[in-house]
Amino acid sequence: MTGAAGTPALEVEGLCKSFRAVRALDRVALSLHYGRVTALLGDNGAGKSTLVKCISGVYAPDAGTVRVDGTVQAVASPEAARALGIETVHQTLAVIDPLDVVENLFLNREHTRGGRFGAWLGVLDKKRMRVESGEILSRLDIRIPSLRRSMSALSGGQRQAVAIGRAAAWGQQIVLLDEPAAALGVEQAARVLDLIRSLRDAGVAVLLITHNMDRVTDCCDRAVVLRQGRKTAEVDVGEVTKDDLVAYITGARTGDLGP
Amino acid sequence: MTDDSAAAGRVLPGADQWLARRRQDAGLRQYVVYMAAALIFGLFAVILRDDGFLTASNLLNIGRQAAPIAVMAVGMAFALAAAEIDLSVGSVAALSSLAAAEAVGSYGFVAGAAVALAVGAGIGLVNGVIAVKVRIPSFLVTLGMLGIVSGIARNLNNLQSLPIRNDAFLAVFGAGSVGPVSSLLIWTVVVGVIGHLVLHQLRWGRHVLSVGADRSAAAALGINTDRIRVTALMTSAAAASFAGVLLAGRLAIGRHDLGENLLLTVIAAVVIGGTNLFGGRASVAGAIAGSVVMAMLNNGLILMGLRVADQLIARGVIIILAVALSMREQKET
Ligand SMILES: Nc1ncnc2c1ncn2[C@@H]1O[C@H](COP(=O)(O)OP(=O)(O)OP(=O)(O)O)[C@@H](O)[C@H]1O
Ligand SMILES: [Mg+2]
Repeated sequence: MTGAAGTPALEVEGLCKSFRAVRALDRVALSLHYGRVTALLGDNGAGKSTLVKCISGVYAPDAGTVRVDGTVQAVASPEAARALGIETVHQTLAVIDPLDVVENLFLNREHTRGGRFGAWLGVLDKKRMRVESGEILSRLDIRIPSLRRSMSALSGGQRQAVAIGRAAAWGQQIVLLDEPAAALGVEQAARVLDLIRSLRDAGVAVLLITHNMDRVTDCCDRAVVLRQGRKTAEVDVGEVTKDDLVAYITGARTGDLGP
Repeated sequence: MTDDSAAAGRVLPGADQWLARRRQDAGLRQYVVYMAAALIFGLFAVILRDDGFLTASNLLNIGRQAAPIAVMAVGMAFALAAAEIDLSVGSVAALSSLAAAEAVGSYGFVAGAAVALAVGAGIGLVNGVIAVKVRIPSFLVTLGMLGIVSGIARNLNNLQSLPIRNDAFLAVFGAGSVGPVSSLLIWTVVVGVIGHLVLHQLRWGRHVLSVGADRSAAAALGINTDRIRVTALMTSAAAASFAGVLLAGRLAIGRHDLGENLLLTVIAAVVIGGTNLFGGRASVAGAIAGSVVMAMLNNGLILMGLRVADQLIARGVIIILAVALSMREQKET
């Protein structure tokens, strides 16, 4: 469950990650708070996705600590991250094309039936997952033509909606969204923003990566700016203009590094 | 707006939904192999009617030829589904037939089958661990393993066949029958049903498909992709060793080359049956139907009186054509 609104959910310190000669992250600090939406901004190649992957257990950082609820955690694998309540929508979506919507929503979170033995064997409780998928999607107001449809038969926006729905459904504490509205139409994008707000209102700590400044001012509380792997600014969204944000991103201005 | 695009949350699996799903998920692809089976059967029934194609004993013979192919094909379907491939299956079947013959002689028929399966699962484990840990593509690992295993099989009994004289073993895995139904057919059905249920009803089956469809996406969702790939390769090798047991039962011997030449036949059967050669999509029923197609082709070519050399050529051409056709069908859906 989430902590009190405003208390730190996730604190990252001194995070470094290099790919051979490329310093993708250089001593980056970041904190996410319950009931707050933090924007992570930066140009292409700034290191945003790499940061998300380090937090979600996809990459092992070269240095740095990750604290969840104040306790240092080794997020050694995506499974470990999910066990800590960290759900992620990666830029590349991580949906499995040949599987259907229900199977994707419950992938590696499957309900089983048949008691202990069934759980050990992994006998799928398809009916229960189908019913709950319907509930999840209607609760989040995500519209998909049919739950039984394989992902490859959905539009780009629908696929994205399913990936977001999965993170929202399972993300009880921390949700990381790497450009979740990039492939969405106007209406669907607005719905994603509503979804982010309702996650926030439920007390979830949200990280939102986006290149769209309207979305930042619409629904984010704080903004962190990365440039060439370094954090160059951290500001309260209420105190800056969109132009300020753009200036930070392009490096025209360096900013307040925050508390 | 049609009913089909109504809000999610509707979970009544109505008839139209069911139909739509059938149409869109399966497409023609899944039925191609059954149509091919019917077509080839009809063709041979006409052109080979004077050569005994339709006699009960010949049809039974086709079934008995198909059984080991089908068992290997079901295992191979899991390897391919995980985007791996197992080229060692033929030699694993051969070594397993020898292992079974050896163990049956000393410890009885249950031990015979158990030892053979353990040999297969063990080889699959080695294949999988090398592929995953040393990061060598499984086609290379299993190609090397094919050589190693056939070498071991040749050394084991100096190229001699090892007779099996255990009546229980021969009845259960070979010539026996339940009523009019050959035990080989029963085993094929058992393996097919288990394979189908594992693929569709168990978490592991879904994870195999996920890893095969997109390994990094599966990993990002916390699936242990190494474990899935290793167990998929163990499944194909264990199935191959069970096919070796069935070959040994049918011929009442273990020999260094039993089933050794079935590799291409098995891969063709699986791919014709609708399994994607590059992972993410598999059909167990299709693999079995594909095996029947391959067994009918073998049988028909022999009945046509083709010389062995010409059979080889004809079979190669047919396999390439069939796989090409079914892969084109797969790409379209
Ligand atoms: N797996 C990798 N191997 C090598 N280099 C990588 C890898 N992943 C990222 N990089 C490099 O690290 C840097 C940061 O990449 P990252 O994907 O984090 O950028 P980003 O901020 O998410 O950009 P975008 O807005 O385009 O998504 C880039 O220079 C990129 O080329
Ligand atoms: Mg990115």
